[in-house]
Parts: sequence; structure tokens; C-alpha cells
Amino acid sequence: MSAILIFMAGLAVIISWWMAHQRLTSKPWLEVGTASDTPGFDVSSIETAKIGLGVFLAVVGALFTLFISAYFMRMGLADWWAIPLPGLLWVNTGVLLVSSIALQWTKIRAQQDQIEAVRAGLLVSFVTAAGFLVGQVFAWRELVDAGYFLADNPANSFFYMITGMHGLHILGGLVALSRTSLKVWEGASAKKVRLSVELCAMYWHFMLLVWLILFALFAGWANDFVDICRQLLT
Amino acid sequence: MVNVPSSIDDTIPLAEVEDVELYHPHSWWTTYVFSQDAKVIAVQYSVTALSIGLVALVLSWLMRIQLGFPGYFAFIDAERYYQFITMHGMIMVIYLLTALFLGGFGNYLIPLMLGARDMVFPYANMLSYWLYLLAVLVLVAGFFAPGGPTGAGWTLYPPQAVLSGTPGGKDWGIILMLISLILFIIGFTMGGLNYVVTVLQGRARGMTLMRMPLTIWGIFTATVMALLAFPALFVASVMMLFDRVLGTSFFMPAIVEMGEQLQHGGGSPILFQHLFWFFGHPEVYIVALPAFGIVSDLISTHARKNIFGYRMMVWAIVIIGALSFVVWAHHMYVSGMNPNFGFFFATTTLIIAVPTAIKVYNWVLTLWRGDIHLTLPMLFALGFIVTFVNGGLTGLFLGNVVVDVPLSDTMFVVAHFHMVMGVAPIMVIFGAIYHWYPKITGRMMDETMGRIHFWVTFLGAYLIFFPMHYLGLLGVPRRYYELGETAFIPASAHSLNEFITIVALIVGAAQMLFLFNLIWSLRRGKEAGGNPWRATTLEWQTPTTPPPHGNWGKELPVVYRWAYDYSVPGAAEDFIPQNQPNPDRLSMENRS
Repeated sequence: MSAILIFMAGLAVIISWWMAHQRLTSKPWLEVGTASDTPGFDVSSIETAKIGLGVFLAVVGALFTLFISAYFMRMGLADWWAIPLPGLLWVNTGVLLVSSIALQWTKIRAQQDQIEAVRAGLLVSFVTAAGFLVGQVFAWRELVDAGYFLADNPANSFFYMITGMHGLHILGGLVALSRTSLKVWEGASAKKVRLSVELCAMYWHFMLLVWLILFALFAGWANDFVDICRQLLT
Repeated sequence: MVNVPSSIDDTIPLAEVEDVELYHPHSWWTTYVFSQDAKVIAVQYSVTALSIGLVALVLSWLMRIQLGFPGYFAFIDAERYYQFITMHGMIMVIYLLTALFLGGFGNYLIPLMLGARDMVFPYANMLSYWLYLLAVLVLVAGFFAPGGPTGAGWTLYPPQAVLSGTPGGKDWGIILMLISLILFIIGFTMGGLNYVVTVLQGRARGMTLMRMPLTIWGIFTATVMALLAFPALFVASVMMLFDRVLGTSFFMPAIVEMGEQLQHGGGSPILFQHLFWFFGHPEVYIVALPAFGIVSDLISTHARKNIFGYRMMVWAIVIIGALSFVVWAHHMYVSGMNPNFGFFFATTTLIIAVPTAIKVYNWVLTLWRGDIHLTLPMLFALGFIVTFVNGGLTGLFLGNVVVDVPLSDTMFVVAHFHMVMGVAPIMVIFGAIYHWYPKITGRMMDETMGRIHFWVTFLGAYLIFFPMHYLGLLGVPRRYYELGETAFIPASAHSLNEFITIVALIVGAAQMLFLFNLIWSLRRGKEAGGNPWRATTLEWQTPTTPPPHGNWGKELPVVYRWAYDYSVPGAAEDFIPQNQPNPDRLSMENRS
């Protein structure tokens, strides 16, 4: 459970930082306003939808960190044989990276009000993200053909389960992205879709980060980290 | 005069927010069924939660009848008994308490108490309810599936949860249970995002965080915790579903069932316990924190006194929320662990008693020399304080490893748990319903029926659970279908069980009176008016009652003070609403 505790500690730092800016030591019983000065809104100037997505990403982060925690704990038991990673995963990683970069580019174009570029950028990121999913399915098939079935070994089970969960999240992202694209195709201005594109980009970068961590995990590069954690606990 | 900054602009950076564009329903369906209005969603959540809670209540009756009068009903066999235990626990903890506090009270109170028109993402909010309803239906489907619902206990520990010895283990029971949990969590996440972001971004002018009523602080913190804790249950459920359906071995060790070696091997049941309790312990506080918050407001309003130590109360809520994430393994003392871990978790567990005790002191000090009105909400609030203190004290016993190990499998744990997480929050739920019913419906609930309901429930709960502690100390084990003739259990323990059962039946019946009152008062209750309790918080200041879609009519309220200005010296009335400014300083000076 060390991975999730580290994640929680990180969140705790962010929450504490936020709370430190909220005048939590003020004495509200002494601060009564008078009719002549109308108080302002005490809310953040960041768009509400972005804050909403941020909170959601924290939840998604907790979800994947818990999967990773379970992975580490199960990994320590005797019957674990690591699964060989299909080379295709490198390609998929590249494709997802392109998708993320494309959306970042689209976002900048949307901010500059260039609707034609936005249209092209959305198309590229949609196709590449969908390509990533197809690639993942091929990677699964490659593994199955090589005889690595889901229930044979916990390493296999974790691989299929966690990549599947990640794929589902990308799929959900594609739904949001296609709704944004639809708006653009129906003739919405760049101003109108700017926020949607920014949200998609934020989500894409996050899912890319999650994928890179998972990739490192499956490739065994995280083993040193696990050993450190284990030593900390014993 | 108090020290007010000449303009609030000096201290708080201004963020101008346009008035939100409200979704406007066009038909009966979108107004009352597929509604995006938080108040309608709140009522939907509450009615669904209370209905499924009624099922859990009947299940507890059946269990008590079996324990008090073994074999009285032939249809309660051992399998059914375990199914009743499991469903009773799961329904009460998740589908009633969590859903009612966050989905019910959260939806109703957050926008109204903060001066918002609605939640910030109304569409996701609506989806949240429908997913919750679907989760409840899948859960109930377990009763009608072949083999019945799962009987694994509400903690669903593997490997027994998915083996044929457990009811529903090899049938549909456990599968439906896990799917229902997964649906619930997805639905909750949609609602939870709304509650959190509305508190962050939906507040009216002048409603700083430190001016929020403690109810909102409780619900807000609990939602943040729930958003981070439920994923653990989600992960555990998904992995167990894989084990059960696809034959993986996440949790399943090598095991022989009915003389047959199963495919599973090498899995770790302890892993499940870690995941489950990483959710399970915060869950206690997910239920308790909204209760803490609500009870603070009930006490302050009905004792006509400002809450004692508001800042402490806020900090205590936040600290309890944070600490509750590092105590989960105290549920696993009997699973065996490194003694250093036991020491660590016992220490963190006992430390939680500090902020909790601060809260209890502050409630008592709020009551001290207050103008206490023994209204229905106040009665239930007082009932909560004593019950919570009682349940909390036995928690100190169980938090210690050496005391917990012998007591863990006895009725003592059942008694502790029901006091602290069953009766105490339910008291707050009742108090809150009596308190806010006039705002929701425009009518008061019947006082006489309410008083009967309170005294039977309160005294009854003590008659049920006090003797249960004693049974536990005697060594009467929990989870047993029947005790039979056992040397160390005296005959008196059996008579005590009969007594508990009879009281439990009566207390259960009193809840029917409550439900009757709930429906009866809809039409026949006294007209309440807009602010029957003469309370300060914003929800009582709406232009019309019940509040319409959009809550506030043309103008959003502006907040000038905190939520607890009761009995202010020199004020005309014994309460000053949050949206009432002080007279201008100039006129004040002229007067003096």
C-alpha cells in the first residue's frame, strides 16, 4: 500500500497548500459586512469545468495508484512470472504521445482562434488515440497467441486488467473528444470550443502520464522502487 | 464595533462570476423524473435510500428473530441468515447512509446553504442518481437470482466469498453484489464531483469558506474522502469479479473445495483486506463527518447560541478526514501483522480520539447555558451526542491490539459498531429530516408522533445495544447462526437475546410510525412558513418555500456574516440571517 500512501501524501500537500490560502485562521464571528460594501465572490478564477476535471483526475489517479499498489503487493508472492512486453507497446506509446502532442498543438491553435487548424488537430488526435486502442488490442492478441492467457499467472491478469482499465478511460476520452469535434464540424467558432479542447488536452496528457507509469511498471523498471518501498516497511 | 476591513476587496481577490445559465425543464418528465434540479435529485436519492433501508430493517428483524428464538421461522436457515447479515450490512452502510448523507442531504443543502442556484454540473448530477438507482436494483436482483444474494458478510472477504460453501458464492449473488458496488461507485463519483466543485466554485457573494455552515464543511470533507476512498473498493470489486468470473488468482490462494483442487493458486486474501479497509475505514468517517456537521447546526439553532469554537470544529473535521486514511489496518489485527504495524495503527487510531473529543466538548459547550428548545431535531441531536460518546468509548477498547484480539469475534464489536456507526448517524438523519422537512415540503412534521418515535428509538437502541456489549464480554460470538448448548454461554445469555429481539421488533415498528408521519405530514402537517426554526442559514431565507427551481428568484443572496449569529446582544431578534448586513458604520457612529 506504499504507492497509494505516497499518492495520498502528494494530494495532502496540494490540499494543504490550497487550504493555506483560504484564511482558515480568520475569525468569522468578528467579520460582519455592512450594507454599503458588497462583498465579492470568494471563488477561484480558474474555469469551473477545469477544476471539475482536476478533481476527477485526482480520483482517476487514486484508482490507478491503487491498482499499482495491488500489483506491487501481489508481485511479492512466490508464483509471479513477469510477462514479456510485446514490442508493439513501444509503437503504441509513440502513437499516444503523438496524440497528446497533437491535442496540445490544437489547444494553442484554439486559443489563437484558428478554426481550420483546430479541425485538423482534432482529427489527428482522434485518429492517433483510436490507433492506440487498436494497437493495444493487437498487443493483447499477440500475447494470447504466444500463450500468455489471462488467468495463467497474476502478472498476466494484472497486465490485461490494468491495460483494459486504461483503455476504457481512453475510450471515455474519445467520447468527449468526438463531441468536441462534432461541435467544430457543425460550425462552432474556435472561441466556443476552446474550453472543451483545453479540457481534452488536460485529460490526454494525464492519461499519457498514467500510461508511461504503467509501461514502466510492466517493463520492470519500477522494481527498484518496489524494493526501496519494501525495505522501508520491514 | 467589530473590526471590519473597510472593503472586503482589500483582503479577497475578486473573481467576477456571471450568473449561471440554468437548465429549464420543459415537460413533466424532465421536471420530476429526469430532473437536473439538485432538490429533486435530493428527494429521489432520499426516497430510494429510505426504501432500500426499509428492506435492511426487515432483514434485521429476521436476524434478531433467529437469534432470540432460534428455529421459530423454518424458512430462516443458516444460508438465509448469512444472506440477511450481508445484505443488511451492505445496504445500511453504503446504499442507505452514504447515499442519504451525500446524495440526499448533500444535494439538497449544498446549493441552498451556499446561495447557489444549482449544482455546477447538473447533468452529471442527474446521471449520478440514475446510476445509484440502477445499483440498488442490481443489488435487489440478488434476492431473486438463483441461489439468492451473497452471504459472504458485508466485508465480502475472499476466498470464502466466491466459494460454494458461501451462499451466492458460486451462483449469481456475489457477481450481482460486485456489479452493484461498481455501479454505485461510478454514480457516486459523478455526484461527488458536483458536491466538491459546487462548494469550491458555486458560493454566493461573501460566502467565504469560513462563513460556511458546518453542515457544508462536513459534507464537503466527507465527499473529498469518499472520492479518494471509493476507488479502493472499486479496485477490490473489479479484481474479485475477475477472480470469480475469469478464474484469475488475485485474492484466491490454492484451495481445495469439496475434495476438488481449484484452478486458483497463490493469491492473497490479505491484499483484499487492505484494499477493502483502505475504503472501509474512511467510510466510517464519510458517514460520520456529515453527521458531525449537521448536528452542530441543529444544536446551535435549537439552543439559540452560536456554535462554540467554530474554527476548531472546521479544523477537527479536516484533521479527522486526513487521519482516517492512515488507520485502516486496525480492522485487520486478527489477520495477523507485524507488531510494529499494529503499534502504528493503534496509535493513529487513538489519535483520532483527540479531534473527535474536541468536537464533543464544543457541542456540550454550545449547549451550556443555551436557550435549549427541546424540539424534535434537538432531541435527536442530543441523542446523537450520548450515543456517539458511548460508541466512541468502546472504540478505544477495540483500537488497542491486545484488547481487540479477544473481543474481535464477539458481539462486543457488533454493539460498538452499531452504536457508533448505526444508531448515532441514524439519529442525525432523523433530526435532520425533522429539521429540514418544513423547507422541503412547506409543512411541519407531526410533533406527537415525532416524540413517540424519538423516545422509542432512543431508549430502544440502548436496550438493544447495551446488553449486547455484555454478551460480547461473555464471549458470545458474532456471525453465528445459532448458539445451541455451549458450556461457556449461560442460560441467562439466551434470555437476554430474547429480550433484545423483542425490543428490536418494537424499535423497528417505531420506524413505521416515522414513515407514516413523513407521508401524513405532506398533506396534514401544520403550515411551516419560510423559517419556522428562526434559523440564520441561507436555505431558510429563500423568497418562497419550498424553494422553486433556481432557488432564489431574481437576485442571488449576498452573505455578510457567519452562520451562527444567534442571541446577538443588542439585536432586535435572537437570530440574524447570514444575508443581513450590519447597518452602515456611519449610522452606527451617529447612534453611539
